[in-house]
Amino acid sequence: MKKIRCALIGSGNIGTDLIYKIQRSPVLEPVWMVGIDPASEGLARAREMGLKTTADGVDGLLPHVLADNIQIAFDATSAYVHAENSRKLNELGVMMIDLTPAAIGPLCVPPVNLRQHADQLSSGRSQDSSAPSGGSERSERGGLGSQMNVNMISCAGQATIPIVSAVSSIQSVAYAEIVASLASKSVGPGTRANLDEFTYTTSGAIEKVGGARKGKALAIINPAEPPMIMRNTISCLTDDAPDQARITASILQMIKEVQKYVPGYRLVNGPIYEANKVQVFMEVAGLGDYLPKYAGNLDIMTAAATRTAEMFAEEILAGRITLRAVEPA
Amino acid sequence: MDLKGKKVILHDMCLRDGMHAKREQISIDQMVKVATALDEAGVPYVQVTHGAGLGGNSLQHGFAPHSNEDYISTVAARMKQAKVSVLLIPGLGTMRELQSAYDCGARSVHVATHCTEADTSPQHIAFARKLGMDTTGFLMMAHLNDPAGVAQQGKLMESYGAQTVYVTDSAGYMLPGDVIARIQALRDVLRPETEIGFHGHHNLGMGIANSIAAIEAGATRIDGSVGGLGAGAGNTPLEVFAAVCERMGIDTGVDLFKLMDMAEEIIVPMMEHVVRVDRESLTLGFAGVYSTFLLHSKRAAERFGVPARDILVELGRKKMIGGQEDMIMDTAMTMARERGLLQHVAA
Repeated sequence: MKKIRCALIGSGNIGTDLIYKIQRSPVLEPVWMVGIDPASEGLARAREMGLKTTADGVDGLLPHVLADNIQIAFDATSAYVHAENSRKLNELGVMMIDLTPAAIGPLCVPPVNLRQHADQLSSGRSQDSSAPSGGSERSERGGLGSQMNVNMISCAGQATIPIVSAVSSIQSVAYAEIVASLASKSVGPGTRANLDEFTYTTSGAIEKVGGARKGKALAIINPAEPPMIMRNTISCLTDDAPDQARITASILQMIKEVQKYVPGYRLVNGPIYEANKVQVFMEVAGLGDYLPKYAGNLDIMTAAATRTAEMFAEEILAGRITLRAVEPA
Repeated sequence: MDLKGKKVILHDMCLRDGMHAKREQISIDQMVKVATALDEAGVPYVQVTHGAGLGGNSLQHGFAPHSNEDYISTVAARMKQAKVSVLLIPGLGTMRELQSAYDCGARSVHVATHCTEADTSPQHIAFARKLGMDTTGFLMMAHLNDPAGVAQQGKLMESYGAQTVYVTDSAGYMLPGDVIARIQALRDVLRPETEIGFHGHHNLGMGIANSIAAIEAGATRIDGSVGGLGAGAGNTPLEVFAAVCERMGIDTGVDLFKLMDMAEEIIVPMMEHVVRVDRESLTLGFAGVYSTFLLHSKRAAERFGVPARDILVELGRKKMIGGQEDMIMDTAMTMARERGLLQHVAA
C-alpha cells in the first residue's frame, strides 16, 4: 500500500520516539530527520533506522521536499522557531503537525475533534470553531493556511481534554481543572524553561477543545525514583446536578477511544461525584518505544500526533484531500 | 556559637502558610488586622497570598473568599514599614499573576520549586527581578535532596537572579544537623552577597532549634508565623523565635511583647483547630510528608474511612510532593478499595 512520506523536525526524545510510531503506521513513512547538531545522537540513530538526515535545520530539508515527495512534517522543536518552520514548509505544500506549544494552527485532540479538522480540510471550508459543544468561540486564522498546520497542545492537554469533552458532551461544564504529575526525567529543558507557555496553552485548550467555559491547568514535576508514571486528575464543575450514570458512561467510552492509540491510558479511580463536581483519576503509561514507559506524557504526544497524521494521510490517499502550497503572506 | 549582634530578617507567614490552616478562609478584615499588628511590631516582611500562592485558587488547593489581588492591595495600602511578599510556584502561578501582584503592591516574592526542580523557575525569577522585587528562590521539601544537590539547585536560582536562596523544610522533617549541612553547602557555592534563608515547620517541634542552627550556618533570613499559624503543626512560632533571639543577642528589630500580645489576642482566636504537634502533624514530620497535606488527608479519611495517618504514611512512601494534593484522595480511594470499603467503576 502507498504511504505518505514524512519529515521529522527536531532530533530529540520526541522526534526519535516518533520514528518508531511512524514506522509502524500502515499509511505513513518516515523519510527525513532534521536536526541542528551534526554530532547529535538523535541524528545518528535516525540514520541507523534508515532515514535521511540534515543538521542544517529546516533549510537543509527544503531542497529535497519536492523530489522526496514529503507531504507531512512533524515539528518537535520549540515554540520560538515553529512559526518559521511551518511557513517555509507550508509554502511547499507540506502539512504541519505541531508538537510545540506555539499553537498557531487549530488545536487537535484526536478523539475529540480530529474528524472535524479532516472534514474541514477536505471541504476547503474555513474553520470557525473547533469546540465540539458549548465552548468559547475560537478566533482562529481562517482559510487553508491555518488548516495546513494543526497543533497538539501539550501532553497534559492530550491526556485530560478527552475526559473534559466526555463530560461537556453530556452537560454544560462551567469550570474544568486538570492536574498533571510528570516524572522529572520525562520533562525536557524546553518545557522546564517555559512552564508558563505550557500553562497558558493547556488552560486555553481545556476551554476551546474540551468545551469548559473556564479551564485551568496545573503541572507538578516529581523526581521520585523509580520515576512515577504520568498521573492526571481531571475535575469538572457542571452547571446543573451531574447526570452521574450518563457522565460515567461517556467517560468510560472516551477512555476506550484514547486506548486505541495509547493502550496505557488507564482509569485509576473515579469518576467520583460530590455536589456538581466530577473527578477522574487517570494514569498514562507509554508504549516504551524509545522513551521509557513512565514517560506516558511524551508517548501520548507522539501517539496523538501520529494518529492525527494518519487521519490526514488516509484522506490524502483516498483523494479526498489535496494539499496545496500556501501562498506567501 | 556566639551569635550576639547578628542581624536577622524575619518574614511572617500567617497570611499565606496560615491560609492552609484556615482552609484558605481568612477574611479581608482578618488580613488587615494581622498585617497591621505585624507592621506595628516591626516585622519587615509579611507574606500575603492564597496558601498555594499566586494562581492558588483552584479545586486542587481550595478557593479563598477573595482574589489574591484584593488581599494584597488592601494589605499593602495599610503598611507603614513592612513589605508585602507573595509566593509563586511555577506550574501553578504565572508571570501574568506576578505582574498583577506587583501592581497591587507586592514588593517581594518567594519563587518556589521542589528542591530538585529549580530549572522550572528561570522565567519567574528573572521577571521578578525585572520588576525590581526582592527575589527569593525557595527550595521546597529540602530534606529530599542532599546538601550538594541543594547547593547546586540554589546556584541555579542565583544564576537566574535570585538574591536570596531558602532551604525550605516543608515537611518539618529536618533536624538541626540536616539544616546546617544544607546551609553550609549553599554558603560555600553562592556569591557572598546572596543571602540564605530558612523556612521551618514545627511538626517535630524543631522549628526554633532548626532556625537557630540555620543562623549559625550562615542564614540571615528566617520565616515563621506568629502563633505558629501555618500548615501541619504550623511554622516556626515567630514570637517564640523572637524571644530566643533576644536572649541570644540576635538582632531581629521586632518588638517581642507586641508579637506575644498579637499571638494571644489575634492569632489564637482565629484558629479553627489548635495548630500543634498532634498525631497527624507528627506523622508529617516523622514520614517527611508535605505539611499542607494534613487537612486534605483528614478530609479524605472522613470520606473514605481510611485513617489519616495511614494515608500520610503511604503518600510519604510514594514520594508525593507539594502540589500533588489530588493524589491524597486518589491514594485514599485506592486504599479504601483494597480494604473492601469502596467499589471500583468497571472500565
